Amino acid sequence: MNAVIRYFKSLLLLELLKGMALTGKYLVAPKYTVRYPEEAIPKSNRFRGLHALRRYPNGEERCIACKLCEAVCPALAITIDSEQRADGSRRTTRYDIDLFKCIFCGFCEESCPVDSIVETHVHEYHFEQRGENIVSKQQLLAIGDRYEAEIAAARRQDAAYR
Amino acid sequence: MDQLLSLFNTYTAEFPTVWMAIKILLLPIVPLILAVAFYTVTERWVIGWMQVRRGPVYIGKGFLQPFADVFKLLFKEIIVPSKSNLFLFRLAPMLALIPAFAAWAVVPAGEGIVHADVNAGLLYLLAMTSMGVYGIILAGWASNSKYAFLGAMRAAAQVISYEISMGFALVGVLIAAGSLNLTEIVHAQGGNGGVFEWFMWPLFPLFLIYFISGLAETNRAPFDVAEGESEIVAGFHVEYAGSAFALFFLAEYANMILVSFLVPLFFCGGWLSPFPESWGLIGKGGPHWLAVKVAFFAFMFLWFRATFPRYRYDQIMRLGWKVFIPITIAWVMVTGVLVYTGVLVPNS
Repeated sequence: MNAVIRYFKSLLLLELLKGMALTGKYLVAPKYTVRYPEEAIPKSNRFRGLHALRRYPNGEERCIACKLCEAVCPALAITIDSEQRADGSRRTTRYDIDLFKCIFCGFCEESCPVDSIVETHVHEYHFEQRGENIVSKQQLLAIGDRYEAEIAAARRQDAAYR
Repeated sequence: MDQLLSLFNTYTAEFPTVWMAIKILLLPIVPLILAVAFYTVTERWVIGWMQVRRGPVYIGKGFLQPFADVFKLLFKEIIVPSKSNLFLFRLAPMLALIPAFAAWAVVPAGEGIVHADVNAGLLYLLAMTSMGVYGIILAGWASNSKYAFLGAMRAAAQVISYEISMGFALVGVLIAAGSLNLTEIVHAQGGNGGVFEWFMWPLFPLFLIYFISGLAETNRAPFDVAEGESEIVAGFHVEYAGSAFALFFLAEYANMILVSFLVPLFFCGGWLSPFPESWGLIGKGGPHWLAVKVAFFAFMFLWFRATFPRYRYDQIMRLGWKVFIPITIAWVMVTGVLVYTGVLVPNS
């Protein structure tokens, strides 16, 4: 008896129709795909992208060449040279990050006592020449100047959890 | 205007073969190739949407995608396996394509819109749709490749098995219609009942079996073991590249569109309206009704592909021989009884 019922059930193609109902439902369902270059998904405030060196509002660079970031960097991507400036403050003369070595762990950002080295939300960048992967102090400061508003906003929102 | 028309008439009378070639190019071939092109992109859209993706959207919003694909294929090198049979290797794609296009000679697109209104149109169709498998077998054999050979063997066995149930389903149609002419088969489905005059109601099992056998004949999912990409890479056309592959592709999709035409013609009243003739304008038949029906069945092909997993080989054979053939034989007898007792009247 069961075999007969099963035979007629399979003859009526019930299970196939059930499957088609499911795919038919998804045919009209909203699509998950994000059209990436045109639209992007929101990023966290803690997103770790391209590095930047920040300045104080008066234009003075924050970095005091304490070399904590250089020491903590697990990939040895940061190289710092420092000297005494004419006004007696301690500043870097060289601050290079090798982005090929960097693993974007964010330790440099966490170790920095003056919030100078930060990682921005920028992740769309490329190099065209060999050697461009080593980013100098001037370039890092320029990135910081360009994205200061966004960097500051992200730090402000995250401040309560630090 | 009259002068132009008379000039046209003299030219067509003087060069009948040239005029015939132009007609063939204008009616089935160019629209068919365009239809295949847009069918491929529609397939990618529909399958994409059913998988909650978007499908092709970038090249001309996706509408120009088929042209990009075609030109890429045409400019690619045709790679020939070193130990293959060169003559057969080049012949096979043509053998697959020619019957796929030749079958359209007897397919009417509307009242009188047909190249050859022959009496044995149904037999001609059966012959043409069966010839396509020679291209597949030769392609698999001439490639001198294991996977291609396996795919060709599977395709041959499958097409031969399903040909029988397909033929029996059509026997039911010709009993009910009393004719082998496609135009007359459509006319036999006309009448005042509209949709209820169609053969799909008295011949419902044959209608389903014909469509499913059509899926199997064209080697489409869920019967696509002949090219089952997870097992034998691409089956019979593994070794083909460039324009030779494009010919196989064209033949497969042309066959799918052919089956999408034949199912409405045989079972769903062809170009007749689903509404009774007495309803005036919407009751009048025309090629637009056929287009709607063809679009529906062509969409079903894609829906099936997006939904069903591939049948195992022995399941395909079981379905063909142990389910479809007994049912079709039984229903052909039922149709005979219906006609004999006068429930169905042929040629009405």
